Amino acid sequence: MADTILRGQAAVVGVGLSEFGEVPGWSHFELMAQAVQRALADAGLNKADIDGVFAVVDRASLPAAMTAEYLGLRPKVMEGTMLGGSSFVNFLQWAALALQAGLCEVALIAYGSNARSGKIRPGGAVPIPYESAYGARLVTSYALAAARHMHQFGTTREQLAEVPVAARAWARKNPKATMRGPLTIEDVLRSRMVSDPLTVADCCLISDGAGAVIMTRAERAKDRPKKPVYLLGVAAETSHQGIAQMHDLTVSAAAQSGPRAFAMAGLAPKDVDVLQLYDAFSINTLLFLEDLGFCKKGEGGAFVCGGGIAPGGSLPVNTNGGGLSCLHPGMYGVFTIIEAVTQLRGEAGERQVPDAQVGLAHGNGGSLSTQVTSLFGTEDTL
Amino acid sequence: MMQGAESSYQEYLAKGEFRIQRCDDCSSHIFYPRFLCPDCGSSNLSWIKPSGAGTVYSTTVMRRRAEAGGDYNVCLVQLNEGPRLMSRIEGVAPTEVRIGMAVTARVAQSGEDGFFVVFDAAGN
Repeated sequence: MADTILRGQAAVVGVGLSEFGEVPGWSHFELMAQAVQRALADAGLNKADIDGVFAVVDRASLPAAMTAEYLGLRPKVMEGTMLGGSSFVNFLQWAALALQAGLCEVALIAYGSNARSGKIRPGGAVPIPYESAYGARLVTSYALAAARHMHQFGTTREQLAEVPVAARAWARKNPKATMRGPLTIEDVLRSRMVSDPLTVADCCLISDGAGAVIMTRAERAKDRPKKPVYLLGVAAETSHQGIAQMHDLTVSAAAQSGPRAFAMAGLAPKDVDVLQLYDAFSINTLLFLEDLGFCKKGEGGAFVCGGGIAPGGSLPVNTNGGGLSCLHPGMYGVFTIIEAVTQLRGEAGERQVPDAQVGLAHGNGGSLSTQVTSLFGTEDTL
Repeated sequence: MMQGAESSYQEYLAKGEFRIQRCDDCSSHIFYPRFLCPDCGSSNLSWIKPSGAGTVYSTTVMRRRAEAGGDYNVCLVQLNEGPRLMSRIEGVAPTEVRIGMAVTARVAQSGEDGFFVVFDAAGN
């Protein structure tokens, strides 16, 4: 039963979002601390209760130590593994293990960024040798994947445009989302081309913002003020770092992390009520819907057509508006967890998916490089 | 101690030669240059001259203002030997580069980036 050892053993008891969007005059640690303060209030816990810190913060080379110092903590468990945007979904696995092993009692997963006001370009890592001469940017990798998907499966430009249009339709139901104006397929197609076939409307926002998640063991979660949201499954895999080393640009390692997360949870895609997929670019959503088993490989375009993942569609995806319309600082992963928890608690307001019991949060990092899938459930799913 | 793979590769390029590695044990062709074969883990790797022939696996046009130099191509080329590398196709408008196009390697140089491999449409 190795696959199921973590199922339902740990729960999210608090989540917090900082002010986000454009927050000039705030440092990344200030935003992070505001998110932590809100997550602690949500959990009914004090900062002194935190004894495990799992953090990646833009521009912090020792992120867990720096986060602990900034908050005035002396954690017994520290994790700062940098996988790009999926880091925070990955932390779920290690936080759950550390909690279950008794290494810590209260785990904090935290992220903060002032990417917008600080003018930090996501993906501005060390140039990959053998690639630096060609002028590739982060968007290039995703454009190459989109072009290949269109070539191999006949995916159309209009189908890709369904993704940002659906994200915007959800964002319009989220009073905190950054982009809330109407957006049509034609608007996306007429937007400025950045890297063919992706226009600026296919690319995520660059935001200021922070998020924090508090986890405890399941037995400690029950006496918290909010309904616990249980971690049912989590799994990771990486297939490459640089895009040239990705074996098949139309299949990400989510095709492995997904089935393993579902096996741990004892669930299948049909059981999922609401999905949060890391949508750094429109192509991501198609790839992850396919790789995670919500449709067949190559059929993502048809799946999202006609508002399939928009409000009123067959599958609610990125209900906060996603990285495309809600917020996307340097890394978005923690926000997939926060929105999944918000939905499973029934606290999502106008965008609430009725009777949501099982939620999926999927993190992506680098150039489709690191994939981490998590599944959450309400008490009824245990 | 023999020379590292990365500097050996650069030395070949500086002499105008595009070389890739081949594993003596499992016969895999390898790019980018490494100390260990990513397929079998062997360190018995030899430098070979690839045919230079390849196919465009995927391609994009990076859009850029004309005053900053204008649009340019970035693509992934699959060598006939198997490995794939990032590059660009020269001598063809960036918008005219197509997936599946047959291309041939050439060593290029620029002051800023040193020596690197670009491709021309095959037959040109």
